[in-house]
Amino acid sequence: MSLLKIKDLSIRYGDTAVVDDLGFSISQGESVGLVGESGSGKSQTALAVLGLLPRSASLGGSIRFAGTELVDAPEQTLNQLRARRIGIVFQDPMQALNPYLRIGRQLREILVRHKLAEGADIDARVIDMLTRVGLSDATRQFRAYPHELSGGMRQRVMLASALIAEPDLLIADEPTTALDVTVQAQILALLEDIRDETALLLITHDLGVVAGHCERMVVLESGRVVDAGATTSLFASPGHAHTRVLLNAAPRIDSVNIPPPATGALILGVEAAAVSYKAFGHERLRAVQDVSFSLRCGETVAIVGESGSGKSSFVRAMLGLVPMEAGRAVYAGAPLQGPVERRAKKQRRDLQLVFQDPVSALNPQMRVRKIIGESLLVHEPQLSKSARVARVIEALEQVGLNDSYLRRYPHELSGGQAQRVAIARALVLGPKVLICDEAVAALDGSVRGRVLELLRQVQEDTGLSIIFISHDLAVVRSISHRVLVMYMGRLVELADNASLFSRPRHPYTRALIDAVPVPDPVVAPKKAPLRGEVPSLLNPPSGCAFHPRCEHATDICAMKPPMARDLEGTRVACHRAEEIDLSRRT
Amino acid sequence: MSLLRNRAISVSGVILLVITAFALFGPWISPNDYLSTHFDRPLLPPTTVGAHVFGTDDLGRDLFVRTMLGIRVTLMVAIVASFVSLVIGVAYGAIAGFVGGRVDAAMMRFVDTLYALPFIFFVILLMVAFERNFLLIFVAIGAVNWLDMARIVRGQTLSLREREFVEAARLTGVSTGRIILRHIAPNLIGIVVVYVTLTIPQAILVESLLSFLGLGVQEPQTSLGALVDAGVNQMEGAAWALLIPAGLLAATLMCFNFLGDGLRDFFDARHVN
Repeated sequence: MSLLKIKDLSIRYGDTAVVDDLGFSISQGESVGLVGESGSGKSQTALAVLGLLPRSASLGGSIRFAGTELVDAPEQTLNQLRARRIGIVFQDPMQALNPYLRIGRQLREILVRHKLAEGADIDARVIDMLTRVGLSDATRQFRAYPHELSGGMRQRVMLASALIAEPDLLIADEPTTALDVTVQAQILALLEDIRDETALLLITHDLGVVAGHCERMVVLESGRVVDAGATTSLFASPGHAHTRVLLNAAPRIDSVNIPPPATGALILGVEAAAVSYKAFGHERLRAVQDVSFSLRCGETVAIVGESGSGKSSFVRAMLGLVPMEAGRAVYAGAPLQGPVERRAKKQRRDLQLVFQDPVSALNPQMRVRKIIGESLLVHEPQLSKSARVARVIEALEQVGLNDSYLRRYPHELSGGQAQRVAIARALVLGPKVLICDEAVAALDGSVRGRVLELLRQVQEDTGLSIIFISHDLAVVRSISHRVLVMYMGRLVELADNASLFSRPRHPYTRALIDAVPVPDPVVAPKKAPLRGEVPSLLNPPSGCAFHPRCEHATDICAMKPPMARDLEGTRVACHRAEEIDLSRRT
Repeated sequence: MSLLRNRAISVSGVILLVITAFALFGPWISPNDYLSTHFDRPLLPPTTVGAHVFGTDDLGRDLFVRTMLGIRVTLMVAIVASFVSLVIGVAYGAIAGFVGGRVDAAMMRFVDTLYALPFIFFVILLMVAFERNFLLIFVAIGAVNWLDMARIVRGQTLSLREREFVEAARLTGVSTGRIILRHIAPNLIGIVVVYVTLTIPQAILVESLLSFLGLGVQEPQTSLGALVDAGVNQMEGAAWALLIPAGLLAATLMCFNFLGDGLRDFFDARHVN
């Protein structure tokens, strides 16, 4: 008998149906992936199961959980089920935890409310649960407030609160999307561990996550189920065109189709760059230390690393948005120095930046025509109005849009369109170097694929050089010629695409690669994920910053920071780079 | 237009328009004027005799025309004072917020200093230093009102400055002036409009207070505040002389407040979408 059975479910807001005629079921102990792009109704479905939809939503159809009908069920029935028999983990743990209550108190509440434990037993169970989800010092963290924990730890706490009542079903709504890839691997491993205790409904846009962790998957498109079945068989032979689109759009880190090394002339070089920010008191937060790299014409260099690795600070210093404390940058023979306002016009024209979030990168009060045309106004004031509009249209066409977008405001664009407009703004001046700061991270899979293709096309047509900041190694694999890996503000490895992925020299690079989920249920030999999280930059570990998390660390790693050196064409900063072999052991 | 679909905005807007139109055209309709005294008919209750629809005051002056006149003065004070606060406050706040650093610190300490001035004392000083003058009321109210506006705009500008579209403009080389004008200012409109509609009732109240204390508008000119003051003296025998101007004052204030609330909801909603 199925534990959860959804039949003909529809969710409407006024005249708009966000979910229509949706149905699937989950059996006891089964794990099911609910997959779809943003706006496909995944989260709405989860909220409907929990009875958490806003009042303005009208529900139709049926949701049966262990024989109880949940559609239009009284609040009391739902309260008996929520947290007790259905656990939930949301995307952003900071939002889901009450910032004013200690962690322990929030977990106790569930046990007390459902009378699952009494007296001293309550605290014991909470601490036991926190230990199980991997909080190393649970007795102490029991008393911590949410803000005292890192993102990964908070998500573990969320998981603990979802599991503490030993529910029959766990709903996880994009549980790892807000986390770094290594922490994602840790959380996913945790979900794997509890698989025989509870059924799992895993909502995600990432097919790699589904491939490794779900027996069955359900594919949604615009609020309807378009495909459903066993994960292995759907990956092998997708039944619906949309499933195929999603599968093809998912970049694979084990892809063989990678760009060959670029051979153009050097255009940009940075030597020993350092950036620091003022922290509390007189301390300085060293965001970037001693990072060097160079860029060739027509080359894409990716910069990767977990959050806090200094990727963004590094390029922002190069652009003059934050001061570069030490080191120097040279572009086309001339130094790049001082704040952006004082730089030569040519430099400002040739180096352009595309931001992560297109919505906040476009002025909400300006039409597309103005947004793109503004830089022309600055750099080519002699252009007549019609010539300027012609150039704007040209830029729009370059990114696959047309003149019908000229009069639109940013809120009238979808995420993908807005990012294209942002790219068009960067391209309209004909820059030589385009810096993409997580430019595709906020986009859906299929849109991301098209934007990446667009960048590749522009590069082929114009010989544009690209610096591509990303935390997603699968995307990096597919687009970049060379890769720079950063950890806590330092360069750990710089190598060409082929050698970095086939034979990484630094244990951190290896760990990053291993943490990326592969969208293929057949490739699933999971390795133990990298332990721990990035330490605070205000209190960095001694010696090599990575040593506390490194399985190859020896005494010297804790004492002396490693110097970056060249090793068979790879630049690496690891004491033991020569001795250890990190190539894929298959 | 969706602006008019908001009930708070449309209802209070219509009432305000009616009151304004009445104040502008009412004195034309009435055969009386605000100056002439009729010692033969003091303190008449509202009556059609002699078209004294709001009655007369102790000097036999027609209260209908005087009330209309009072509304005119009150609204003018409110609008001019808000305009002053709008222009000075927005410019001051936007510059302080955008330039930041020491300039910001210095500018805001100046604002703090002005905040520390006791307002009534400040007005009395002005009255003593200069002659009693209609214009002084505008100056006094404006000088106080723009402080709040400057603080609000500065705060908003500080957060806008960090937004990526401003960074993008800096990167391409858009000048600071143009960034403030084209990127910051348009995004302030929502909050500024809302705040102005909330400053208007404040200015009206302050004007009423000043007039009530005898520091504001001088006879034979009048304002709603001055009329309420006069009405209080006649309260026992002639309640209408108090109730009518007080009622109109309350209605105007409430409408502006509702309008501000409505506009805030309207801009919030657009922001979320």
